[in-house]
Amino acid sequence: MITTSAKRIGALAIAATVLVAACGGSSSSPAAAATSAASAAAAAANGAAASGVAGPAACVDGSITTSGSTALQPLIDAAGKAYTAACPKSTISVQGGGSGTGLTQVLQGAVQIGDSDVTAESKLQASDASQLVDHVVTKQGWVVVANTGVTGVTSLTSQQLQDMWACPSGQSAPKITNWKDVGGPDLPIVLILRPASSGTRATFKQVVLNGQTECSGQALTEDSNGAVTTAVSQTPGSISVIGFAYYQANKDKVAAISLDGVAGSVANMASGTYKLAAQGHMYTKGQPTGLTKSFLDYLMSDPIQKTLIPSLFYAPIQ
Amino acid sequence: MARLDAPRRITLGAALVVIAAVVLLLGFIVWRGVQLFVVSGVPVTQILSPTWQPDPLSEGTTYGLLPFIAGTLAVMVVAAVVSTPLSVGLALFMAEVAPTWARRIAQPAMEVFVGIPSVVYGWLGLTILVPFLRVHFGWLGFATGFSWLAGSLVLALMILPTITSISYDAFVAVPADMRSASLALGTTRWQAIRHVVLPAAATGVATAIVFGLTRAAGEALAVQMVIGNAPVIPTSLARPVTTLTSQITLDMSDATGTWNEALWTMGLVLLLISLAFVLLIRWLGRGRSQA
Repeated sequence: MITTSAKRIGALAIAATVLVAACGGSSSSPAAAATSAASAAAAAANGAAASGVAGPAACVDGSITTSGSTALQPLIDAAGKAYTAACPKSTISVQGGGSGTGLTQVLQGAVQIGDSDVTAESKLQASDASQLVDHVVTKQGWVVVANTGVTGVTSLTSQQLQDMWACPSGQSAPKITNWKDVGGPDLPIVLILRPASSGTRATFKQVVLNGQTECSGQALTEDSNGAVTTAVSQTPGSISVIGFAYYQANKDKVAAISLDGVAGSVANMASGTYKLAAQGHMYTKGQPTGLTKSFLDYLMSDPIQKTLIPSLFYAPIQ
Repeated sequence: MARLDAPRRITLGAALVVIAAVVLLLGFIVWRGVQLFVVSGVPVTQILSPTWQPDPLSEGTTYGLLPFIAGTLAVMVVAAVVSTPLSVGLALFMAEVAPTWARRIAQPAMEVFVGIPSVVYGWLGLTILVPFLRVHFGWLGFATGFSWLAGSLVLALMILPTITSISYDAFVAVPADMRSASLALGTTRWQAIRHVVLPAAATGVATAIVFGLTRAAGEALAVQMVIGNAPVIPTSLARPVTTLTSQITLDMSDATGTWNEALWTMGLVLLLISLAFVLLIRWLGRGRSQA
């Protein structure tokens, strides 16, 4: 009896070892796993954003971690891969977690760079925010999107959006609650918000709503670009806001709505005519040094600003 | 005193590590949970306000947790009401009625149910249940499909294996003599189940339901995906509501300062809710051992 179960446990252990070895092999050295067609394809897809982007002028060895905004993560991740591809002795680890997490962690010294959609002053106490140095590396934009069943509405003014989203004082519902009041079909408007703590919602509130409070009582709240896109694509009459890159990837599932007659595009954002946009911040605690400084300089260099940033639907900082 | 022998040392060590971990965790959650009152000076009674306005960019913040507490309890209770008849029925079938071959199928099937990750339940809910409610029950007020009922139905499925397996154990534990005696007195099998097995296993079934409720209170991801996350007091099964766990996961990545402290307070409230359930389970268990 004992020998049987011991044998079984032994067999399990061997199976587990083989499994771990297989996984470890494919993730730690992509070159070795290139024999597998699937992982080769995955590696190619991963490298696609970085391909054609020149590395930094000079390498600095070391290891740094950045965390924070998930809206900025695709850009910083691609830039980090391009940097480490050219400088194999350096390691740049890019994590999400949200702007608040990034700012808190860089302040605590847990990471070298904290990525944020919003300024540190709007998230942290003044005494904490003053310890951080702001590096603006890009500009990012959001598109107002509606369910594809909302026909006949291709543009909305800021005033109309305010009437759809904001609660007039003392009221529990917005002024406009049906698409027919803005030239659309006779269909109730379903607001899909981001959590109140998100940078997307903060930017929309500031730029479009003029700081008025959203009517959250009747609205749905979804916590990521992906969840919002799914909800908008399947809920009749719904309207929300998603990042440029997410809109480009889901063009056929949701309908874009121009803001004050200006279409949400990288060109319009770069020229300043499209206003639903915000700077992408990377914060360091004190002045950056070593690899941190080299990586931030690289983000401001031509390969990133002129090639990588437009290809990922962000706008360069002039 | 003699030195402890190896088995005793090892097991005692394991016990101490686990006890220390539990104490540290509880201490940490309580410590973070009271920051809202101690450090930021928010009055304790404010968490019973129905208004959740944590955004420091808006004028006037109110950290009312009532919508989340009420939402958690509401979603949980409806889930248990839906799940209990099904799972107790299934447990009875497996314990009393099913031929051996059916039991051999039903038990692994239950284990598979337990193994499905909650994100997959949420995803199924989002892609099947939410559109289904909207399309077929729109006339009942399911404008979007994201609703209290959607959250409860997903949870009902998730707690089904918990309630079933604990109830099953309770039914199996009823001595065969009691069944034989009942049948010998000329009862039908149904009468034996109803008047002998069910009453004898009642505390076990009650414990199973409370375990199910505890599991339901703590589930975050699957519920968040289908519930709509509107911070309002639940009034209709067809409308979006929110829960403590759902709001914590929505805001934890970005909330800083007092707002972040309020999320920890939600965690503390959740801990107190599950503590109440643990006490209830202990109390039910004691009732059984005395019987």
